[in-house]
Amino acid sequence: MNHNKSEEKIPLLRIENLKKYYPIKGGIITHTTGYVKAVDGVSFQIYQGETLGLVGESGCGKSTIGRQLVGLEKPTDGTVYYKDHDLGRMNRKDVKPFRTKLQMVFQDPYSSLNPRKHIYEILAQPMLYHGISTKDSVEKDILNLLDMVGLPRSVLGRYPHEFSGGQRQRIGIAKALSLNPEFIVCDEPVSALDVSIQAQILNLLRSLQKELGLTLLFVGHGLGAVNYVSDRIAVMYLGKIVEMGEAKELFRNPVHPYTKALLSAVPVPDPDEREEGKKILMGEVGSSIDPPSGCRFHPRCPYATEICRQREPGMQETAPGSGHLAACPIVMTEESRREEA
Amino acid sequence: MSHLLEVEGLTTVFTGDYGETTSVDHVSFQVDEGEVVCIVGESGCGKSVTNLSVMGLLSRGGKVTEGKVMFEGKDLLAMSEKELDKIRGDQMTMIFQDPLTSLNPVFTVGNQIMESLRVHRGLSKDEARKQAEELLSRVGMPDAKGTMKKYPHTLSGGMRQRAMIAMALSCSPKLLIADEPTTALDVTIQAQIMQLLKELQRENKMAMILITHDIGLVAHMADRVIVMYAGQIIEEAPVRELFKHPKHPYTRALMDTVPTIRDTAERQLKAIPGIVPESYDHIPGCRFADRCSHRRPECDKPQENYEFGGGHTARCIVRKEGGIQDES
Repeated sequence: MNHNKSEEKIPLLRIENLKKYYPIKGGIITHTTGYVKAVDGVSFQIYQGETLGLVGESGCGKSTIGRQLVGLEKPTDGTVYYKDHDLGRMNRKDVKPFRTKLQMVFQDPYSSLNPRKHIYEILAQPMLYHGISTKDSVEKDILNLLDMVGLPRSVLGRYPHEFSGGQRQRIGIAKALSLNPEFIVCDEPVSALDVSIQAQILNLLRSLQKELGLTLLFVGHGLGAVNYVSDRIAVMYLGKIVEMGEAKELFRNPVHPYTKALLSAVPVPDPDEREEGKKILMGEVGSSIDPPSGCRFHPRCPYATEICRQREPGMQETAPGSGHLAACPIVMTEESRREEA
Repeated sequence: MSHLLEVEGLTTVFTGDYGETTSVDHVSFQVDEGEVVCIVGESGCGKSVTNLSVMGLLSRGGKVTEGKVMFEGKDLLAMSEKELDKIRGDQMTMIFQDPLTSLNPVFTVGNQIMESLRVHRGLSKDEARKQAEELLSRVGMPDAKGTMKKYPHTLSGGMRQRAMIAMALSCSPKLLIADEPTTALDVTIQAQIMQLLKELQRENKMAMILITHDIGLVAHMADRVIVMYAGQIIEEAPVRELFKHPKHPYTRALMDTVPTIRDTAERQLKAIPGIVPESYDHIPGCRFADRCSHRRPECDKPQENYEFGGGHTARCIVRKEGGIQDES
C-alpha cells in the first residue's frame, strides 16, 4: 500500500445528504400515514480503486444506499455525484451511458438471473444492447468473462437452476463485469453461500478488483468478510453512518459505542478467548418509522447522557488527519481528556 | 457410565423422485448430562437430518433404516408416536432456526407455552399461566405479562426466539437440541440469545446439542465438537483440542477459510476448491478426497473414524498413517 495515498485519492462517487423515505399507506382512503426512514441524511465519498465496506444490522439502510448508488432506487433527497455528474438530475437518455459504469452484484444470484434464459443469452444481451460488444466479437468476450470468474465454457448452454450457489454468484459477477463498469455494488454477495464457498467468492472479488482497478461498495453483515475485502469501512445504525475509517484501524480501535458493541458480539473462533460474563449490548434496534431523538443509539448506549437524547451528533475526526470519523462526542471528548491526563 | 443420549449407526434415507438418497450415513455419537455438543458442517451435510431423526420428526419420504437412538437407556426408534410424545417436548425439546414457522400463528404466545405445561405437567390453567409468565421473564422478555397475549407475528425475530426458548424449557428438559437458533438474527441479538442459552443450560444442568455452521459460535459455546461432511461424522474432539490440533483436512480447511474481524491486510484466505458432492452415497472412500490437498490412493478405500486419543477421532486414513503432520 502506498503511504502518501491521501494525495492521490480521487473521489469516484460523492454522496451528499442522501435520504430515502418509503411512505406507509394506511387508512380507509389510502393516504400516507408516515414514512420508513431507511436512509436519513448520509454523506460520504468513495475513492477510485478502493473497496468501501458498509456494515450494520438488518434494516439499517445499507442495502438501500447501494441500490440508490446504481440507480435502482430514486433518492428522496440528496445527491449522488459520479465524477461530478449529478446522476439524479439527468434524463433517461443522458444517464444511459453512465448506467453501464455502475453495476451491482446481488445477494441471491438465483432471483437476479432470468430462469428462462441460458447463460450465453444472459451474458450476451446486455453487451449487445449497450454496444459494448458486436455480434462477431460477443462470443470471444463472453469466453473472456468466464475465464475471469473461473467458470468453464461448458456453462454457456445451461440454465441458472442447473448451478450451485457459488457458481451462480460467479455468473452474477460475470454479468456485472460484462459492461466494463468502474464501480460495482456488492450487496451481501456471500451471505447466501456455504462457508467453504464464501472464501472462493471473496478471493475472486478481491483479485478482480485489483486486476481491473475496480471501485467496490461491499455491503454486508458478516463483519469478518467485510474486514477481509475492504480498505475502508462505514458502520451504519438506523439510517445513519455512525463511524467510518480505514478498515484495520476501525476494527482495532473502534470509537463509537455501537461499533464496539457490534465487534464484541462477533464470536471469535478461538475457544481460549471465551469471555465469561462479557458485557453484551442489550435491547433491540429502534424503529426507523419513528427513530429515537438525538443520537439514534442512545436508548441502548451505556454512555448516553441528556445531550445524546436532545442533539443529533455530527461526524468528527478522532484525530486530525486520521480519516477516522465517528459520531459520538461523548466518547471522543472523554478519550481526549484521558489522553491529556 | 451410561450416556444421556446415545446414537449408534444412525442411517437416514430419503426417497424422492430420483430414487433413494442416504443423507445420514452410520452416524454414532453420545451426549452426556449437562454437556454442550456442537455439530458443525455446511448445508446438506446431514446435521439437521441427524437431529430430526433423533427427535422422530423426519418429514415425509425420510426414514431411519438402521441404527439405534437411546435416550436414558430407552430406544426412541422402537417407540410408538404416543410414547414418544411423552418424552418429546418434555424431557427433550428442540428449537429451530426460524421461530415463526414453529410457533402457531393463530394462538397467542402465552397460550402455546401454557399448553405444553398443561399437557406434560398436568397444571391447572392458573398455575400454567403463572409459570408461563415466569418463564417469559426468565428468558428476558421485557414485558412478560403483555407478551402472553401477543401473537407470534407481532414479535421481532429475537423476541420470537426467546418465546421459543421459553416454550422449549417449560418442562425443564434434560436435552435441548438447538438447530441454528441464531442464523436468522443479527449479530448483537445472536450474542444475547447465546448468552441466555448458556445461562439456562448451566442453571438447569441441561445437555444441549447446538447445530451451526459458524465456527466462531462453536468456539464460544461447545464442550465437545462433531464435524460432519456429506452425511458422515468426520471428526470429533473436545473443543480446545479440535481448534488446536484439527486432524481431518476438512476441519483444518474450514478453519482457514473463515475470515475474521482480527485479520490483517496480509492474510489470504485459503479457499476450499470445488463444492460438496451433491449425491454422496456412491462414494466408497473419503467423501472429501476430491477437494483435499493431501489426497492419496488409499483415500478411495472405505474408512472409519480412527482414534487419536483423548476422545479425538477423525475419519482420515492418511492422517492415521502419519501422512499429514500437525500444523501449528
